[in-house]
Amino acid sequence: MRPFNYARPQSLREASQLLSTHTGRAALMAGGTDLIVQMGRGLHSLELAIDIKRVSDLGDQVEKMPGGVRIGALTRLEDLAANEVVRASFPALSEAAGSVGSVQIRSRATIAGNICNASPAADTAPPLLAYGAQVNIFGIAGRRTLSMERFFTAPGKTALLPGEIVESLDLAFPKEGTGSAFERLARRAGMDVASVSVACLVWHSGSVRLGFGAVGPTPIVAEGEETDSMDWVGEYVKPVSDIRAGEDYRRAMVVALSRRAVKRSRKRMGEDA
Amino acid sequence: MDAPAEILIKVTINGGQHRLSVSPHETLLKMLRERLLLAGTKESCGEGECGACTVIVDGRAINSCLMLAAEADGSEVLTIEGLASGGELDPLQQAFIDAGAVQCGFCTPGMIMSAKALLMRNPHPTVAQIKQALCGNLCRCTGYTRIIRAVLDAALQPGGPRAPQDTGEEHAEDN
Repeated sequence: MRPFNYARPQSLREASQLLSTHTGRAALMAGGTDLIVQMGRGLHSLELAIDIKRVSDLGDQVEKMPGGVRIGALTRLEDLAANEVVRASFPALSEAAGSVGSVQIRSRATIAGNICNASPAADTAPPLLAYGAQVNIFGIAGRRTLSMERFFTAPGKTALLPGEIVESLDLAFPKEGTGSAFERLARRAGMDVASVSVACLVWHSGSVRLGFGAVGPTPIVAEGEETDSMDWVGEYVKPVSDIRAGEDYRRAMVVALSRRAVKRSRKRMGEDA
Repeated sequence: MDAPAEILIKVTINGGQHRLSVSPHETLLKMLRERLLLAGTKESCGEGECGACTVIVDGRAINSCLMLAAEADGSEVLTIEGLASGGELDPLQQAFIDAGAVQCGFCTPGMIMSAKALLMRNPHPTVAQIKQALCGNLCRCTGYTRIIRAVLDAALQPGGPRAPQDTGEEHAEDN
């Protein structure tokens, strides 16, 4: 690995200052499961890794709030998948977090890292989009909140400004009479990047909100009405062909996975009733 | 860029406390193998795909190739060398031998550390849970069947955790 420096700030302010004074030459590191792989492959000309795991004002737990949950930026995917409140109220997010990599990866990888790396195939992105998550962002100039669908701007790019840091994610509890599920297609059961992923939230009335992964330059959100074929979701996606799947196959599978996800969401709605 | 300064860390490894000066970009794997000569932890892919470098840090199985030594400051690290005590193998190590779960042996330390982390959290896992826990560990020789059996056997040790509900009928066929 090419040599780089390592900093371990104690506060968000300190981390943000380090990031701004080294713009383009520094990266935040939480679990490091993407960053260290990229460094090893020589994809980064990074001079400074800013380890934010000891930043005292960043949480690593899911906190219950009035009307929803707040997920600390440093929450590990393994803990997110196992969290009781998340499993009960946001099952698509629990399923998605549990589908990333392996135990070893999920024991290090964090929710903020998963979204900030901004892979079009990020597994937690579809459920966060479907549930309408809000991203709480810290900056030296002040804090702001951005909706999940405005967060991803291009492959590997987010709406974060220089020096900004994701602090937490807020999810409102879905209304009663809703169900949700996550579906993922990969070439093997573990340790594979999704070829296509779909999360959906279905209302009793038939309204559906879906999030898609790996079928466009960013994760994609769609809203509509439940139909038998769900073929309308094809209009929202812009898949490409790569080593994991071809464009036509992805287009067909996003429809099939949407159907499955809606069906499982419906079933879950029944269980609650 | 200035040459990165070394970082002083304190880390507990297999119960012993160490103060080490490490490079900022040095992985925990490299530190274990090259500074402490704990060569039981293997490097294979170096990208978190194969699990050969798995060690337990603060109770969790992790890929030591994807963790910087500096990040381990203040942590407790358990490697394959830390399992045996008083000249006695850990029951899990013995189970791997007895089940014939080792062929070339390169993946074995990582397999055992992943399985150990599972048994520390869940002393009586099902076959499905064992497979889930080991899905980040690749083995090119054994076909996994005997590895899964070894973990089940370790969980069934006399005086150990109670028997799991499923004893893995799907593993009746052996390679």
